[in-house]
Amino acid sequence: MKLAYWMYAGPAHIGTLRVASSFKNVHAIMHAPLGDDYFNVMRSMLERERDFTPVTASIVDRNVLARGSQEKVVDNITRKDKEEHPDLIVLTPTCTSSILQEDLQNFVERAQLEAKGDVMLADVNHYRVNELQAADRTLHQIVQYYIEKARKKGELPHGKTEKPSVNIIGISTLGFHNQHDCTELKRLMTDLGIELNAVIPEGASVHELKNLPRAWFNLVPYRELGLMTAHYLKEEFGVPCVEITPMGVVETARCLRSIQKVLNEQGATVDYEKYIEEQTLYVSQAAWFSRSIDCQNLTGKKAVVFGDNTHAAAMTKVLAREMGIHVVWAGTYCKYDADWFREQVSEYCDEVIISDDNGAIGDAIARVEPSAIFGTQMERHVGKRLNIPCGVIAAPIHIQNFPIGYKPFMGYEGTNQIADLVYNSFTLGMEDHLLEIFGGHDTKEVITKGISADSDLNWNKEAQTELNKVPGFVRGKVKRNTEKFARERGLTEITLEVMYAAKEAVGA
Amino acid sequence: MTADTQPQTLNFECETGNYHTFCPISCVAWLYQKIEDSFFLVIGTKTCGYFLQNAMGVMIFAEPRYAMAELEEGDISAQLNDYEELKRLCVQIKRDRNPSVIVWIGTCTTEIIKMDLEGLAPKLESEIGIPIVVARANGLDYAFTQGEDTVLAAMATRCPDKTPVAETEKEERNAIQKLLHFGRQKEEVVAEESEYIQHPPLVLFGSLPDPVVTNLTLELKKQGIKVSGWLPAKRFTELPILEEGNYVCGVNPFLSRTATTLMRRRKCKLIGAPFPIGPDGTRAWIEKICSVFGIEPKGLDEREAQIWAGVEDYVKLIRGKSVFFMGDNLLEISLARFLIRCGMTVPEIGIPYMDKRYQGAELALLEKTCQEMGVPLPKIVEKPDNYNQIQRIYELQPDLVITGMAHANPLEARGINTKWSVEFTFAQIHGFTNARDILELVTRPLRRNTSLKDLGWNKLVKEEANV
Repeated sequence: MKLAYWMYAGPAHIGTLRVASSFKNVHAIMHAPLGDDYFNVMRSMLERERDFTPVTASIVDRNVLARGSQEKVVDNITRKDKEEHPDLIVLTPTCTSSILQEDLQNFVERAQLEAKGDVMLADVNHYRVNELQAADRTLHQIVQYYIEKARKKGELPHGKTEKPSVNIIGISTLGFHNQHDCTELKRLMTDLGIELNAVIPEGASVHELKNLPRAWFNLVPYRELGLMTAHYLKEEFGVPCVEITPMGVVETARCLRSIQKVLNEQGATVDYEKYIEEQTLYVSQAAWFSRSIDCQNLTGKKAVVFGDNTHAAAMTKVLAREMGIHVVWAGTYCKYDADWFREQVSEYCDEVIISDDNGAIGDAIARVEPSAIFGTQMERHVGKRLNIPCGVIAAPIHIQNFPIGYKPFMGYEGTNQIADLVYNSFTLGMEDHLLEIFGGHDTKEVITKGISADSDLNWNKEAQTELNKVPGFVRGKVKRNTEKFARERGLTEITLEVMYAAKEAVGA
Repeated sequence: MTADTQPQTLNFECETGNYHTFCPISCVAWLYQKIEDSFFLVIGTKTCGYFLQNAMGVMIFAEPRYAMAELEEGDISAQLNDYEELKRLCVQIKRDRNPSVIVWIGTCTTEIIKMDLEGLAPKLESEIGIPIVVARANGLDYAFTQGEDTVLAAMATRCPDKTPVAETEKEERNAIQKLLHFGRQKEEVVAEESEYIQHPPLVLFGSLPDPVVTNLTLELKKQGIKVSGWLPAKRFTELPILEEGNYVCGVNPFLSRTATTLMRRRKCKLIGAPFPIGPDGTRAWIEKICSVFGIEPKGLDEREAQIWAGVEDYVKLIRGKSVFFMGDNLLEISLARFLIRCGMTVPEIGIPYMDKRYQGAELALLEKTCQEMGVPLPKIVEKPDNYNQIQRIYELQPDLVITGMAHANPLEARGINTKWSVEFTFAQIHGFTNARDILELVTRPLRRNTSLKDLGWNKLVKEEANV
């Protein structure tokens, strides 16, 4: 047992569902007790999704527990197959139902006899892997399934596409700024004259998966989702994989050079140097920002970085290499992939922290007192308590990570967004000097607008206590309306009864 | 339950479908705030924790008084000793937070692995010296708000059964009372006591925000009825005294287990009344309590009429319109009854669980209200199937759908007005005074969409999906 107050990565089934519901026309059936299907709420509310989430819970209740759930799960799969004709139905348990040790594979096989679409059991150990690992595994499983299916039918296409082409692997629903990153990456590929062979899983049809081997290379922007699939495609079909996250000016250039290399090795003759130079020096504002006088004031400022591997590593490099900020420590909660993280960031920070214990991370922040934090929602919360600004750079996702405006973290527009985020997270240049000279923003006691300043009415003790229970942001309004109500009726003392009467009458 | 007590004319169906509602452990979200000296320990998996963190969004704020005991592989496979593991965690909680009570929230997983929480708690309680209350708020047996029911039922057994004998203890119990009366003349206090009519002690159960507690207590005081205590109280150490033969009355429709526990285990007498939601329900609730104590209620006619007059501006927006309840928090019957009284029609009330006995008075009032308003009786669907409901919604095209969070945005995108049912769980909806707040919520989507109506932004999905 572990005493936990916060989780950086969700449970395994969330990862499976993120992948399944990202595909077009794929439905997931959860074998789960009532309330475990909150994935639907997250997708509908956080991502503001317009369509019904294609996930149905086949509910495990006391009866199912007693009788076993065989018919129910099979019925629910075949029912969904008839109702919505999905290409694929993915069955997944949750942490809870996985311990019932029911033979779900057998349910799937039975349902497959009747269902027109494909049926599959997500092959994930719910106690050994987290959301990120499960997502990676499920994507791999689905891709492998459709490639093998095509191979068996002799439908696997041969050869590469005529022009250089790419599979972008790992864009998914409820991913951190995934939609915007995807748009930016597509734009980048178009600029480079690379055709999009596929983007998976978001918006993809499972029928397209057999075409994945036709791409000249795979691009895996997020380390957490897609590597297993890319490695599978490399082993099976020799599709090279570019796994450099194009985040920040330097890493984006490195990613593009890596793409250039894999394309030229396959007989293309591309040269992206001019494009990189043009983008770096004149199109993206980030390199100019680094050279500008504003950024000078960030030199040597202390920051800490924490997040998933992809974002924490990339951010550490951006801060240290491109802005001259002193990264005191960089950390990740992806403990299962800690070696990679260490290798990536060691030379750019004083200390590396590998932990998924939010308390330990909070303490580590308090210990070094940085000028800014770049972390998750949890670190933002810690920052609020310590009065240290925090830029959010990684999941767990929050509704704020689904901005309506265009805010990618990747590619050249991503570099601009990151520069803004960094700049706005620190106390700004001139302001910094003025603060030093004048010793703070508020040199005087704030003269509060006393809501009781000229009140001729007497609030008795109970009413006053009640008023104090009213949330601060509406208290003034309640007080004003109640007093107005009392004055109109010639009352001099405000009691609880008067308060309620006022509320009833005027909605105070 | 006893089928013969239900009105024969209401149409009940049990669809036993696939439906979405929140997990009953969500009760932690409001109970930790209500019981100020408590610590809630949810004993479950990552799935439970991530729900509270991401779907309910409570974790970050509740941190000081709420935590997960996350079960790991070793716990599931029984390689670790449950007692030792829980002890380790509870000792740490005692050291870090020193609460007056630790509430263990059992989950589906503790049910399935048959962790004997009730057996472990008394032993650990005496070892660490902090009361441990065990509630099985699991999704195998319960839905959403019923989590509160499991906690209150467990707490009901912890209420003291006698006015403490020792005078000193009594003094302490009343310490706060004394502080409130500080500086007042003794006669004044006595005079205050005389405002009440002599009647057997009455304890109300159901967790409500403090202002609403004060409000309902005052409403009864106006009738000369004294509320001896509330379950839960603000502090675990202030749980109300429950003696055999005391009267109890619920304020929430989802507390049937608590009601049963109070009757069977504590030998209290249950006042079965409609729930104090909406001016009609509040009036009926007060009248029922009065009738039990043989009191002639005063001024309720005027009071109710005055409230209705005060909310007419809202009522006229919904009169003649229809509302469909998909079913989520078990407040559906009470809300439907109030909205029918406002002049709405209700084709269907989905509800996760229907205790026809505990909700008997409310169901009777619903039926009566429909007859008086001249509208058809709603169809009540227990454990509805959300997919089928959505087909029915497309067919019926109701003016408003009150639904769980998973379906709200997709319905809005298809031009159907929605309101989240959870808002009624968290808003202050009880009593005369708060009728306005219910209507504020109910009319908001209609008012919002009226202000957008000339823009032609009704359907925001391209082609109707197969749904």
